[in-house]
Amino acid sequence: MSSDNPDNSRRKFLTGSLSLVGGTGAAATLWPFLSSMAPSAKSRAAGAPVKVDISRLKDGEKIDLIWRKKPIWVVKRTKNMLDSINTNEGQHKDPMSENTEQQPNFAKNKFRSLKPEILVLEGVCTHLGCNPAFKSDENKFFCACHGSNFDLAGKVANGSPAGANLKVPPYRFEDENTIIVGELPQSDNESKG
Amino acid sequence: MSEISGKIDDKSSPSGVIGWVDERLPILSFVRNHLTHYYTPKNFNFWYFFGSLAFLILFLQIFTGIFLAMHYKPDAKLAFDSVEFIMRDVNLGWLIRYMHSTGASAFFVVVYLHMFRALMYGSFKKPRELIWLFGVFIYLALMAEAFMGYLLPWGQMSYWGAQVIINLFTTIPFIGQELGIWIRGDFAISDPTLTRFFALHIVAVPMVILLLVILHLAALHTVGSNNPDGVEIKKHKDENGVPLDGIPFHPYYTVKDFVGIGVFLFLFALTVFFIPEMGGYFLEHANFIPANPLVTPDHIAPVWYFTPFYSILRAIPDPAYGALAMAMSIVVLFFMPWIDSNPIKSIRYRSMLFRINLFVFVIGFLILGYLGVKAPTPLYSALALRFSEMYFIFFALLYFYSSARGNLYSYIFTGAIVFLIAIYDVARITSDNYISVLIGLASVCIFIMFMTLTPLFSNLNKEKQVPDRITG
Repeated sequence: MSSDNPDNSRRKFLTGSLSLVGGTGAAATLWPFLSSMAPSAKSRAAGAPVKVDISRLKDGEKIDLIWRKKPIWVVKRTKNMLDSINTNEGQHKDPMSENTEQQPNFAKNKFRSLKPEILVLEGVCTHLGCNPAFKSDENKFFCACHGSNFDLAGKVANGSPAGANLKVPPYRFEDENTIIVGELPQSDNESKG
Repeated sequence: MSEISGKIDDKSSPSGVIGWVDERLPILSFVRNHLTHYYTPKNFNFWYFFGSLAFLILFLQIFTGIFLAMHYKPDAKLAFDSVEFIMRDVNLGWLIRYMHSTGASAFFVVVYLHMFRALMYGSFKKPRELIWLFGVFIYLALMAEAFMGYLLPWGQMSYWGAQVIINLFTTIPFIGQELGIWIRGDFAISDPTLTRFFALHIVAVPMVILLLVILHLAALHTVGSNNPDGVEIKKHKDENGVPLDGIPFHPYYTVKDFVGIGVFLFLFALTVFFIPEMGGYFLEHANFIPANPLVTPDHIAPVWYFTPFYSILRAIPDPAYGALAMAMSIVVLFFMPWIDSNPIKSIRYRSMLFRINLFVFVIGFLILGYLGVKAPTPLYSALALRFSEMYFIFFALLYFYSSARGNLYSYIFTGAIVFLIAIYDVARITSDNYISVLIGLASVCIFIMFMTLTPLFSNLNKEKQVPDRITG
């Protein structure tokens, strides 16, 4: 108690700067904790590209694999299946695959694929995340959760609860019968990161 | 800050939304009673940082613990690997784990200093006996919490440390063996032990500690804080009922505590970032090897905060009596308010002999701690026994200094203690160890006689006049 007349503005400044510095420190301390909840190095390593051999995939068949804990479908479409695919305005919400979030650049085409007969899709409904079923006799994917319909290019049908086409993951052909899911084709790497 | 005058404006009820809430749920009144209008002695010094620091560490341990529990797997097959997963793969997981492990040691550093403060200024004495009792219970719960937490990494020291401690319970006559099996949930430490320790460590004991902390603080705020002068500030109040020597906790001590917190966090961060293992004292080297029930490490020592008591356990060459002595060394703490009933609280006004006694106790406690981390040699074992005796003599002397003692009382008291110590030495003396036994016995006896007989012909036990109001 050296002074009975404390300098209040000085004291306010000191209290204010202490609060600011301390508050910043406390907020910064939260970072490690929030960051620890993000995918670990192990999970990220498990999210690396996966290789799939399609040499034994027959016409009209679908195989499932897992990439980043998500189901990935590879379908070998028959002539009949390809014929069922159209880009009619009235039947689809996004007939021309304008929504760039839903496919890499290379798949922005009629069949939404690198090769017309080979379809690669994430098997996750764009409504609320269920796995749609492959109805090969009806030439469509059908999500039983809330009744969304998709054609065999993964385009969402008008009147479905889902708002976007099924997502095409990044993939490339290593050779005729080997697909690598999780990597873009060389030509696509520059145009879309 | 000019609104902090000596007046209590508790009666003026707040208006608006705050007033509406306060009438239904007295949050504002609570803040007033326990922060802005909780009057604390104005003469708190360095030693009064450690209460709030302990509270901060409790919060830190719970917070970091929650995040560790998100990644840890309480399964004997997975536990060790999940800890390594936290250290290597979880984003900044090493930082969170080191904060938690350093926090455990920091907790004990702070709690020991907090307890020493209580011994120095007599903060356990009337009317604060309950504060002290809750405090000792917190200390016990903390030891249980630290012990069970140490099993979770499932390393060699986790396993063998728990093996040794749980086997202490098997020394209890008749029920010991069955009790040990029941605690472990198996015939040896294994998966069920790990999963129950996990449940107790992250749920049960933290809740007990939180409850005890609330009781500790509620008891404190009922009777008010002690201070380095050991005088009751509530004896002298102004016309508004405000203690003349009191200042509101906020802003005075909140701001002061923030300085202490700043210094603490600086040292804490230094440890976490540069020496998290503290040379094997905070995290023991053997614990980086997965638990192996077939191989005991060459040297088992508990973590540093248990070592004084571990020394007392080892000092007596009998499992049951050793465990009993160790248990007594904790139990005796509960009786402090009744052992030392000297009305003078603060060391400032106690006698020179009281100061010597406290000083020797602290040194002895540190030496016991040092001996506890070392492998026992004949010399170390002899020292551990003597300093264990000194540990208990401290309490006997506190009792002795509770009031003025006459000639006859002093001689009988001295004789009784010397006799008790000597009889144990007579029982164990042999032609091999008689030199070390006699030297040890003589040292302890000379110390006791100095402490109890010099008051009869000197001023060493003269106490000072306690002032009526706080000094300086």
